[in-house]
Amino acid sequence: MAQEMTMSNTDSASRGVSIRLWRKHSAYVGVIPFLILVSIFLLWPTYSVVSGAFQDSTGKFSLSVLKSVIKNPAHLTAFRHSLQVSAITSVIGSVIGALFAWAIATGKKDGILRRISLSASGVLAQFGGVMLTFAFLATFGFNGLVTSFFLKFAPHSFFGHPTWLYSITGLCIVYSFFQIPLMFIVFLPTVDNLKPQWREASDGLGGSTLEYWRRIGIPVMTPSFLGSFLLLFANAFSAYATAASLISQGSIITPLGISTALSSETGSNNPALAKALSLGMVLVVVFVMTLYTLLRRKVSKWEQ
Amino acid sequence: MKLKKLSGSVTALVLAVGMTGSAFVATTAQGAVKASAATSAADFGGMKGLVAACQKEGALNIIADPHDWANYGEIITGFKKAYKVKINEANPNGSSQDEINAANQLKGTSRAPDVFDLGQAVLYANMDMLSPYKVANWASIPASFKAPNGLYTKDYGGIMAVGYDSSLGTVTKLDDLLGAAFAGKVALNGDPTKANAGLNGVRMVALANGGTAGDLTAGVDWFKKLAAAGNFINVDPSPATIASGQTPVVFDWDYNQAAIVAKFAAGGKKWNVFAPAGALVGAYYNQAIDLYAPHPACARLWMEYVFSPAGQNAWLKGGSRPVLLDWMVKNGTVNKTALAALPALKGAPVIATPAQDKQASDYLAANWAAAVGTR
Amino acid sequence: MNKPKTGGRVKIWRRTILVLVALYLLLPIVAMINFSTKTFSGGRGLGSWRAIFQQPDLIAAIMTSLELAAIVIGLIFFLVVPTVVWVHLKLPRLRRPLELICLLPLAIPGIVLVVGIASIYRWISIHISESPLTLAAVYSMLILPYTYRSLSASLHSVDVHTLAEASRTLGASTYKMLFGVILPTIRAGVMSGAVISIALVLGEYTISSLLNFQTMQVEISLVGQTDGGIAVAISLASLLFVFLLLVAIPTSMHRENKELESETA
Repeated sequence: MAQEMTMSNTDSASRGVSIRLWRKHSAYVGVIPFLILVSIFLLWPTYSVVSGAFQDSTGKFSLSVLKSVIKNPAHLTAFRHSLQVSAITSVIGSVIGALFAWAIATGKKDGILRRISLSASGVLAQFGGVMLTFAFLATFGFNGLVTSFFLKFAPHSFFGHPTWLYSITGLCIVYSFFQIPLMFIVFLPTVDNLKPQWREASDGLGGSTLEYWRRIGIPVMTPSFLGSFLLLFANAFSAYATAASLISQGSIITPLGISTALSSETGSNNPALAKALSLGMVLVVVFVMTLYTLLRRKVSKWEQ
Repeated sequence: MKLKKLSGSVTALVLAVGMTGSAFVATTAQGAVKASAATSAADFGGMKGLVAACQKEGALNIIADPHDWANYGEIITGFKKAYKVKINEANPNGSSQDEINAANQLKGTSRAPDVFDLGQAVLYANMDMLSPYKVANWASIPASFKAPNGLYTKDYGGIMAVGYDSSLGTVTKLDDLLGAAFAGKVALNGDPTKANAGLNGVRMVALANGGTAGDLTAGVDWFKKLAAAGNFINVDPSPATIASGQTPVVFDWDYNQAAIVAKFAAGGKKWNVFAPAGALVGAYYNQAIDLYAPHPACARLWMEYVFSPAGQNAWLKGGSRPVLLDWMVKNGTVNKTALAALPALKGAPVIATPAQDKQASDYLAANWAAAVGTR
Repeated sequence: MNKPKTGGRVKIWRRTILVLVALYLLLPIVAMINFSTKTFSGGRGLGSWRAIFQQPDLIAAIMTSLELAAIVIGLIFFLVVPTVVWVHLKLPRLRRPLELICLLPLAIPGIVLVVGIASIYRWISIHISESPLTLAAVYSMLILPYTYRSLSASLHSVDVHTLAEASRTLGASTYKMLFGVILPTIRAGVMSGAVISIALVLGEYTISSLLNFQTMQVEISLVGQTDGGIAVAISLASLLFVFLLLVAIPTSMHRENKELESETA
């Protein structure tokens, strides 16, 4: 009888342990569906791209594809172009966008102008892509409004001959179109946070407008400005839809090169080329976004 | 306990669905295997059997067949009317390479293309994707226009030419296009590394500048000059770009140029066509069936239709030279007005051999992008 | 004194910048209206606009995109939001990893994600479904950063722990607590994330075009090759639609986003 009791005691004891373990970790079950979705559609593809860049067509570890990408002048030129376009449009976007943010920030906080500006900027900045290309063609294209205007009055000017549309110059101009609104959205909170007391204090101590900006305004906004610049850079670097719908022949920037590699015949048999090019892009974007995150952390510390 | 019972019934349900599903697939697969292995209408028990099989499938997937390309529109509407079968048209402005890419990417799905219309270079590089079939009029097709095993058949052909908006002036020789009046206006119909029309455009220029059908160096060099002058734009000309004036100079087949001439005339404008002397480049396209066609019976019915007088005359009306032209003239089924409207050939066109096409493709793959790069 | 002078100059600068930006924003709209009302022979007409309804492929693609948006909203409400709230409440150790996962799509360009996901979708096309609605899965990944940011702001401003405790002591089940108590209080954050997600799904081109699905943007691009007028018309309509959607977000959202910018890393 005593034996039976000890046996049932151990049984209930082990069951008790498993019940306690379950109770302790049951909350984790709630995240399983989300984790499954994220693993399949985000984490695994990321891993697949990064690891696939280091494989050859048979799947074994090899640096051959990466080497061929680095040695190929066409890919290097496309990469350089991507960096150029991103840098130029980020500079244009950040400067003009910051000015726009300042103009709106000095106005009414709940005004209709501010709301319209934010919504319009949201549309242009993040949801443009193909639609933005057509907006651009309708404006600066061959039958575009601006082109017709210039053809009438200044036929040999830059805008009268929109042949630059399909070149790097064209991409720079079109990309600036969505970089400026993005800067506006991202930088507006920073300009909002310029406390009027600082301006009053500066004036009270006898400082001019120029001095205020030089010593207080600009230094305060610089970390956030740089962070926003980096965000713009990553955004332009990753952009694909606008370029793809504008340029139908050739791969002058890396995202176009990736799509060619992906949809070409050799691409489906040897996906490593697309993955190698993608790895290059991921490295740049991750580097830029890490800097951005670090800068944002610095900003938030200051703005508290 | 409840959980055990529940999981037990779920498993049973899944198994049941799975088994019925696979049984269903097996029967249709069996039917599909029969159609996809058919090499002539006889395998269906004659044309009636073929039509019935296609109507059961209910749809046909075609790709890269614009309606105004050699009058494909009439063939598409004609097929739909005759057999009451839906036609899904994908990527009308795609190139031959795009057709193969789509077949690879969509393999195994019901959206894969059923039939191809390919240029010679892409065709020869992808023979393993084709399914053999001999149409009813097989014997009447000249031997040099078909593969003996039925993998592909030439369908229609034309001459490469340069078309341009007459408001830009008159072009009497190719080098006129290097002038300032054509800044940012010259387009090639398709990337030469992907599209047959693009490749033959470069070939025509090569021949005009002393090259050969296989050696396109002179052609690529000329386009390099054109790009350096700022006259070449890397845009695919399409009905939209031509209508808007984005691509007022286009290197394309004479039958496509004919369509643009008609459209411009209807709008009160003029489109001129020019072919350089001594550089008559001709090429035929090739119809073939996708090995993994999701609608194999309809694919075969389509082949029968385009190689019947109805299809061939439609292509003739579009300004191209269909392969059964001589046969139709002989037996009187040819559309006489269309035949009369076909311009006479100014000499014997140069038609590249598969070997020359391969040589050209390889050269272009290595040199085209760098030659016309971007500014 | 300095004040009136600087006041005047500031006003002039401000006005100039606002006028320039207004021009910049309005010019494309006017140009699109101009382009879409032109006819081939040079006249004016609404032909392009009417032709939109004669493009069955375009209409079908728009329907597909709207259905995708609806499914993604469903995934947000029933999967993403509950998970984020759950982690916030019960699994604080997972908060950092969750934040990282939700911000990962910002670091992976869409074109790169497609490279990794092409083989998965090929498998899905053959073994599960060919419908373009399967895109909802990868789209829900794209909206994660925006949804997470909106949610995070809301969760910071509302004391969810107390709410959870209170509902527990009053006997509510987990389901009721999540959907009946907490979700309504963070509604503004969820709605803002939802609206941005709709706009993102409607505007997505990269992934759907490279996976060969016919969504709205892919079809617009295709139509644009045959008829520029129709493409410009439908682009204008879509841009205006998304604009109106975004304007409709309540102003409290803008305030919350401001707080978010200043306090989250």
